[in-house]
Formats: sequence, structure tokens, C-alpha cells
Amino acid sequence: MTVFVIRRLLQAALVMIIMSLLVFGGVFLVGDPVEMLVADDADQAERQAIIKSMGLDLPFYMQYLRFIGNALQGDMGNSFVFQEPAMELILERMPATFELAIAALLIAVVIGIPLGIYAGLKADSWMSKTIMTASILGFSVPTFWVGIMMILFFAVILGWLPSTGRGDTVELFGIPVSFLTLDGLQHLILPAVNLALFKLSMVIRLARAGTREVVHQDYIKFARAKGLSTGRIIGVHLFKNIMIPVVTVLGLEFGGLIAFSVVTETVFAWPGMGKLLIDSIGFLDRPVIVAYLLFVVGLFVFINLVVDVLYSVLDPRVRLQEVKS
Amino acid sequence: MSDQATLEVRNLQTHFFTKAGVVKAVNDVSFSVGKGKILGLVGESGSGKTVTGFSILGLVDEPGRVVGGEILYRGENLVGASQERMRQLRGNNVAMIFQDPMMTLNPVLRIDTQMIEAIKAHHKVTDDEARQRARDALGQVGIPSPDERLKSYPHQFSGGMRQRVAIAIALLNKPDLIVADEPTTALDVTIQGQILYEVQKLCAETGTAMIWITHDLSVVAGLADEVAVMYAGRVVEAGKVDDVLDAPMHPYTAGLIGSVPSRNARGKRLHQIPGMTPSLLNLPEGCAFAARCNYATAACEQPPALENAAGARQIRCHHPLVAEAV
Repeated sequence: MTVFVIRRLLQAALVMIIMSLLVFGGVFLVGDPVEMLVADDADQAERQAIIKSMGLDLPFYMQYLRFIGNALQGDMGNSFVFQEPAMELILERMPATFELAIAALLIAVVIGIPLGIYAGLKADSWMSKTIMTASILGFSVPTFWVGIMMILFFAVILGWLPSTGRGDTVELFGIPVSFLTLDGLQHLILPAVNLALFKLSMVIRLARAGTREVVHQDYIKFARAKGLSTGRIIGVHLFKNIMIPVVTVLGLEFGGLIAFSVVTETVFAWPGMGKLLIDSIGFLDRPVIVAYLLFVVGLFVFINLVVDVLYSVLDPRVRLQEVKS
Repeated sequence: MSDQATLEVRNLQTHFFTKAGVVKAVNDVSFSVGKGKILGLVGESGSGKTVTGFSILGLVDEPGRVVGGEILYRGENLVGASQERMRQLRGNNVAMIFQDPMMTLNPVLRIDTQMIEAIKAHHKVTDDEARQRARDALGQVGIPSPDERLKSYPHQFSGGMRQRVAIAIALLNKPDLIVADEPTTALDVTIQGQILYEVQKLCAETGTAMIWITHDLSVVAGLADEVAVMYAGRVVEAGKVDDVLDAPMHPYTAGLIGSVPSRNARGKRLHQIPGMTPSLLNLPEGCAFAARCNYATAACEQPPALENAAGARQIRCHHPLVAEAV
């Protein structure tokens, strides 16, 4: 187990280094942030001073090495725009994104698994066919369009729910959260549902496929032959087996939820990391972009690790020591 | 068998309503099995023996349905019994052991979970009592250090050990009847011998009636008291095991016995029954075996009835063999 975790952390470090090079190089190529930052009426001397202060006069490899050197000491650089440490900007907005992602994940699991099991058990009923058709829609209709339509219906036409921002927040262990206030919860519903739709469709399909496979296994019939109630057979024997693929995929997708909340956050003006990224790309605010992307890569690596450990808890046949690749 | 039989099956018909047509998997099957007795239910693949077993427990899945006949468990007809009544009986009064021990235990649940739930589904007992009974049952089927083994997962057992666990689960609630569907087919011959011995002992000790479904005549010869031979969804011959195996009256039974490789016939070609089992979708009007039978005549175009013969035997044939004909 320990060996497994250490090996994973080493792999993670390698991934981060490669990723930083790609991102840094990519943003370097995209454009010159100076145009965005220097006032229009600044003269050449002022211009040069700003360029020098940001280290933009150095060649690419020097800039990169300098960045890595600072990054290793925990300094991801200051935002060109806000003149604040990039990491702090990201961490400030992280709780909002996490809240949104967790809410979306909960919606996907709590609604998706029962629907998927139902569709798997009664594959031929019209209800199941409706569920499966709806899940195809959830997969294929773009998130931003659904988001805009949701705003149109629920915020503009019906006026039931607010469409922008987080609403009132309260501090929970020093972190501002929305879901504990009525106003915050109302603000959370639309973006969370919007972000959940894609995952919900996926959970339904995974749960259905798992159910259809597991329900025909001998051990389900044997469980029936033992005289167990239907509730126990579905709730324990079937559920634990279909959760193995669901947990694996959802764990990986949780990283995706955070990374791709960009779209939802932009549509609903949710003040999270994703919106920060989009704004930073607009300003070519390189330190923030690089810091964000590295942060997300780190998050993915961490989540993968958690999923592997969780997987071994769910499926006793998996022993982590055996993972040698 | 002076008193009521533990299980009596009368004219059971289980059909599967598929898109291609009605598959008559079990088509008029009758037999009975008494307290402490073992009935061998013999036949080729597809002869309907497993479906018969599932029918008894009410475990026939869609599109299958029991369409006729009676299944009398201690006089109570199980055909048409409510779902809840069947659930109460399953695992408590009537237990089943499946063919493939690698597939019958849930891979993600510990053995103790799977055993304790089987007890608690039928009896109001504490977890500790249930665990105690589970441990005893494991000991009873010859699993060493049952306390530790209770905490194991199925994949930590060998095939033979898993089948012992499955048998222990079947025994947990001391059922009156166990339906064993080829439980030793997937096992080594040595393990098979041990399990057969233990099963025989248990039935004699506890008075449990057993239906042993198999295609292996040598198992039936050593284990069963009575035997029913099935062909294409019908019982074609039934009787005491020694009578039937020593002097088969139905040409199919004779063919089956002749197909067992034997030491006396070393070097000779193995005997086989020509042809294949008929499609259950499209059974012939008359005797289902006629097309493969050396004794078939025009009379065999009429369906033969199951008739009583001398020595408490039953036979479904227009041309029963005389004893010396084997």
C-alpha cells in the first residue's frame, strides 16, 4: 500500500513537470500579455520597465526555469492583472467550484443510480425507454445551451430561481458555502443541475449496463434461492457489484466536473475557478492560467489515487500491491 | 414412504414463450421424493432437468412460465403460490445448490454476510446466534477453521471449498428438500467423491429429501435411491436406481448406460446414441426419441404414455426392452 502510494506520487511529479512545460510553452506562444497590461498612453521607457519587472524580456527557457524555480518553493507567480499571487486567487475561488461540483455529483448519483437500476431491471417497460432516451439527450445536448434554456425558463419566464452568482453564503469551518442558506441554495440549484446533466446521463447508463449484466449472474439467482427479499437482493447484492464501475468512472469524472465547470460557471456567472480561468485567458494572465492548469492536473492525480484506494475497498479481489504497471 | 412424500411433482409443464415460438422445456414431468431419499434426475443437456429444478423453487425467469401441473410440497401446491410464500419457502424449507461454485457466491460480500443474511431472512435471531449457526454449518461440510473462513471472501476459496460453502448455505435452515443442480460437475473427481459422501450422510442423518440433477450416471448409481430419466422435457423412465441401471426398459436409458466408457470395453469404439436431441421448439408428434431409436416402428408416431411397469417402475415407450436386452 505505502509502496503503491509512493510510486503514484512519483508518477504524479513527472506528469506535473511535463504538463507545466506544455502549458507554459502553449501560453507563451499564444500572445504577448504586455499589450493587454500596458496603458495605451505609456511611453517606451515605461513599457520596458513593465516588461522587465515581469521578466518577459528573458528568453523562453530562462522564463520557464525561473518559473519552475519559484514553483518548487510554492510560488506560482503573481497575476499580471490582479498583482496578487496566482495560487491565492485560485484557492479563493476553489470552494465555490467544489460546492458546485459536489452538488452536481450528488444529483447525478442520487438520481442516476436508482433510475439506472430501474431501467436495467425492467428494460422493456416504456418508463425505462423514456429514461434511456432522456439520457441520450443529456449526453448530446451542449451544456451551455441547456444552461441558457434553464435560465430562460426558470429564471426569466417562471421567475422561480435566480440565475447568477452564489447568493448569500455562510462560513462553514472558515469556508464560505452557499447551500446552508435558503438564498444560496436557490442560487445553487440551476448551475448544479446544469453541470450534473451530463454525469447524470452517464451514471444512468453505467448503472443500467451494470444491472443488466449482474442481474443474470448465478449469485443473484442463488441469493433468490436463499429466500432473501427483493430489497436486499437489489440493495446489497446487486448494488455493491454495479457500484464498482460507477465509482471508478465517477471518481475520474469528478476531476472533469471541476475542470469543465468552466462552461457552467461562465453561463451562470458562478464565481469559481472556472470563471477565473476564462477571464485570465482573456487577459493572457499567464501565471494564473499555468497555476490553474497545474492545480487541476494535481487534482486529477490525487483523485485517481483516491479512486484506486476506494476501488480496493469495494472490490476485495483488487489488491493494490498487485498494481505494478 | 409410508406417509406423505416431501415433494410430489405431477404433470409439470414449464414453457418458455420466446420470439421464435414456445419452447416446451418441461413437458409433463412427474416424480416424487420422500423423506431422507435421494432422487437422481438424469438427462442430457437441454432435457429440462435444470428447468424442473428452478420450477420447484419458483425461480423460472421470463419468458418462462409454469403452465401446468402441480408441485406439491408436503401437500401444498406451489404452482400459483404467492411471491411472498415462495420467498418464505426458498432457503428455509426448500434449498438449492447450483452447478458452478465459482459463480454462486457474490464476489463482493464476505462469506459471513452471505450466510447470516440467509438465516436472518427466515428467522428472528441475533447476529451472534446467526454467526454461530453459520460457523457450525461450515464445520459440518468439512471446512477447516470455520471461524477464520467466515471472514474470507469467495475468491479466497478454491472451487471445491466454494461448493462446500454453497452446500453449507443450503443446509443453514435445515430444509426438508434440497435441489442440487449438478453440484459436483465442475469439481475434481476426488473432491466430487468427498462431497457425494458427505451429502449422502447428511440426508440420512437429517431426513432431508434431495433431488440430484446430473448427467452423470455413475454419480447416480452411487448416490441415489431412485432415478428419473428425462428426455426432451419428459420423464421417459423412472424407478429404483438399481433396477433401472441394471435393466433399463427404455431404449434411451439403455443408450445412456451404453455410452458410459467402461474398462471391460477397452480398445473398442465408444458406443454413442446416433443423432441429436430434437429442438424443443418443434417436438415431433409422437415419441421424441423415435428418430434416434433402433426399435422405432409406425406405432411410435403416436405419443407413448407414462405407464407403470413391474417393480414400482414407470416407462414411456411403445416397445419397452426386456431385461436381457442390454
